[in-house]
Amino acid sequence: MALLDVKEMTQYFGGLCAVSEFTVALEQGQMAALIGPNGAGKTTVFNLVSGFYKPTRGEIIFDGQSIKGLKPHQVTSRGIARTFQNIRLWFEMTVLDNIRIAQHHALGYGLFDCFLRTPRYMQRERDIEDHAMEVLSRLGLAEVAHELPKNLPYGVQRLVEIARALSIKPKLLMLDEPAAGLNSADVEGLIKLIGDIHRDYGIAIWMIEHQMDVVMSLCSWIKVIDFGATIAEGTPEGIQNNPDVIKAYLGDDTI
Amino acid sequence: MQRLTVPALLACLFAVLLWAAGTGALNVYWQSVLMFMGVNIILATSLNIINGNMGEFSCGHAGFMAVGAYVSSLLSVALFTKSQVFGEPLIGPSAAVWLFPLVLIAGALAASLVGLLVAIPSFKTRGDYLAIITIAAAYIVKSTIENIGAIGGARGFMGMSAVMSAMNETINLPWIMIWVFVGTVFSVWLIRRFIYSTFGKGVDAICQDEIAAEIMSVNTDRVKLVAFMVSCGLAGLAGGLFAHILGYVNPGTFTILKSTEIMVMVYLGGMGSLSGSVLAAILMTLLIEYLRDAFGFLNTFLHYISVIPDSYEVTQVWKWVVIPLLLVLLMQFRPEGIMGRRELADVFPGLRKFYKFKG
Ligand SMILES: Nc1ncnc2c1ncn2[C@@H]1O[C@H](COP(=O)(O)OP(=O)(O)OP(=O)(O)O)[C@@H](O)[C@H]1O
Ligand SMILES: [Mg+2]
Repeated sequence: MALLDVKEMTQYFGGLCAVSEFTVALEQGQMAALIGPNGAGKTTVFNLVSGFYKPTRGEIIFDGQSIKGLKPHQVTSRGIARTFQNIRLWFEMTVLDNIRIAQHHALGYGLFDCFLRTPRYMQRERDIEDHAMEVLSRLGLAEVAHELPKNLPYGVQRLVEIARALSIKPKLLMLDEPAAGLNSADVEGLIKLIGDIHRDYGIAIWMIEHQMDVVMSLCSWIKVIDFGATIAEGTPEGIQNNPDVIKAYLGDDTI
Repeated sequence: MQRLTVPALLACLFAVLLWAAGTGALNVYWQSVLMFMGVNIILATSLNIINGNMGEFSCGHAGFMAVGAYVSSLLSVALFTKSQVFGEPLIGPSAAVWLFPLVLIAGALAASLVGLLVAIPSFKTRGDYLAIITIAAAYIVKSTIENIGAIGGARGFMGMSAVMSAMNETINLPWIMIWVFVGTVFSVWLIRRFIYSTFGKGVDAICQDEIAAEIMSVNTDRVKLVAFMVSCGLAGLAGGLFAHILGYVNPGTFTILKSTEIMVMVYLGGMGSLSGSVLAAILMTLLIEYLRDAFGFLNTFLHYISVIPDSYEVTQVWKWVVIPLLLVLLMQFRPEGIMGRRELADVFPGLRKFYKFKG
C-alpha cells in the first residue's frame, strides 16, 4: 500500500481552480518530483497535503489513514514534514531553538512539568536538545547552532529549514523548491545532501523544483501539472521527451 | 554556588524588607510604594507574555486583575471576618494567616478562567480585532461588578483590612508585605520557567511566524490558550494582592487607563524581555509616585485663580499627561524599549559569572 495516496484532490480559490483532480501515490522511501510552470498549483498541492487548506473535493490518505481535514500540526505529527518556498524560519531565535520547537509534537510533558522542572521535564529537554544537535551535526550545521538565522547566508538558511523538517523524523519529507536562490556550487551540494538523507534515513522525499538537473538526478518519478491539471507523469526520461511538457514549459519561457 | 546567587540575594532583600518594615525604618508610605512596585512587576511581566512574547495586543489586563481582586477579596472576607455582606465568618479570623495564600490562588484561578474569554477568539483573530475583544472583555468584567449590588456595585467592596489585622493579631508580622514579595518572586519565577521551556518557546514561534509554527507541529491553539491562562491568572494574583494592600476595591480602578499603564510598562521595558518588564515596572512605579505630588505649585495656582474648584486636585491627573506622552516619545525614539528583546544577561554578559541564566 502506498505511503501517501491522494485521490482526485481539487481545490478552488473563489472561481479559480488551483488544483483539479490531482491524484498521486507515493511509495515508502520513494523520491519523486512535482514540476510545472509558475502558478501551476504546485505549492497549493503541498499546502493541501500538509493540512493548510482543506480540499474542496478528494481524499488524502497517509499511512492508511485519512488526513483530510486535520490541522497542520496534526498532519505533521503523523509524519509529514515540509519546507517552504520562501524560507520560513523563526529568524529571531537561535538555530538550535528553531529545531527544538519542531519537537512540540513529541514534547512528552505538560505545563506543570515545566513549572516544577520535574525529572520527566528535565529528561525530555535534554533529549530534545541532544536530538536537535544530532540533526544539526548531520547536516554540518553544528557550528551555527547558537546563531540567529537572520545572520546566516541564504544557502545555510535553506539547510536549517531542511534540518528542522528532518528533526520531526518524518516518513515523508516535502521540499518546496529547495534549490531556489542557490548558486550552482550550492546546488551540487544540495543534490548530494538530499541523496544522502534519502539513503540514510530511508524516508520518502517529494520535491517541487524548477531546476531540472536537481530533479533529473534525484527523482525516479515525476509528475507535471499546469493550471492545476496533470499534463504528464512518468520517469525522468519519459518526461523530458513528452511534447505536452515541452509545450507547457516553452509557452512559459517565451514570455 | 553559582545557582544560589539570585536566591541568596532575594533572601537578603526579603530579610532587609522584613526588618525595615518591622522596626519602622521604612515608613508606611514607602512600604506601600514597594508593595505597588511588586504588584506592577507581576502585572507587567504577565502582560509581557501576551504583548511581548506572543506579539499580540491585549488591552484588557486590568479586567483580569479585577477578577482576581474581587474573587480573592470576597473569599477572604467571607471566610475570615464578620461582614455586612456575608455575616459571620465561615472559618474565623485565626485561620487567615494559614489560608490566605489559598484565597490568592483562588483569585488567580478565577482570572485565568476568564482569560479563556479572550483566548478562544484569539484562535481565529489577530491584531486589532483581538485588541478590541480584550477591551470588550475588560468592560464586561467591570460592568458586571458594577451591577452586582450585593458586593457594593460601583461603590466598591471592603473589609479586607479587617482580614489583614486579623492576620497580624495571630502572628505579628507585616503579612501583606510578605505575600506581595512572595507573589512577585513566584510570578517572575513561574514565567521564566515557562518561557524558557521548549513548550513556552512555542509562544515566541507563534509571534515570529504562526504558519511555520503550526506546520512545524506546534499546536498553536493550545499554546495560545496556555499563554493566555498563565498571563491572566497572574494578573488575577496581582489583583488579589492589590486589593489586600488597599483594604478595599473599587471597579473604577480597573479601567482602560489601568490597562494602558501596564502596557506602557511592557513597551518601556522592551517587548518579550522579562528583565525589561521588571525594570520598567520599578521605574514606572517610582515615576507615578513622583507625579502624584509633582507640580504642586500649578495646583495651588489654578486654585488661586479659581480656574478649578477647591475640591478638585489637579496633581492626581499628571500621570495621565505624562504616561501617554512617554508612550508617544518611546514609540518615536526607541520603539524597542529599554531592553529590546534582550535580557539583562545579554546586556551585561558579566552577570553570567554569578548566575546561570538559561535560554
Ligand atoms: N490562498 C490563495 N488564495 C487565492 N489564490 C491562491 C491562493 N494560493 C494560491 N493561489 C493561486 O493559485 C494558483 C497556484 O498557485 P501556487 O502557489 O500553487 O503555484 P506554484 O505552482 O507553486 O507556482 P510557483 O512556481 O510560482 O511557486 C496561482 O494562480 C495563485 O495565485
Ligand atoms: Mg510554489
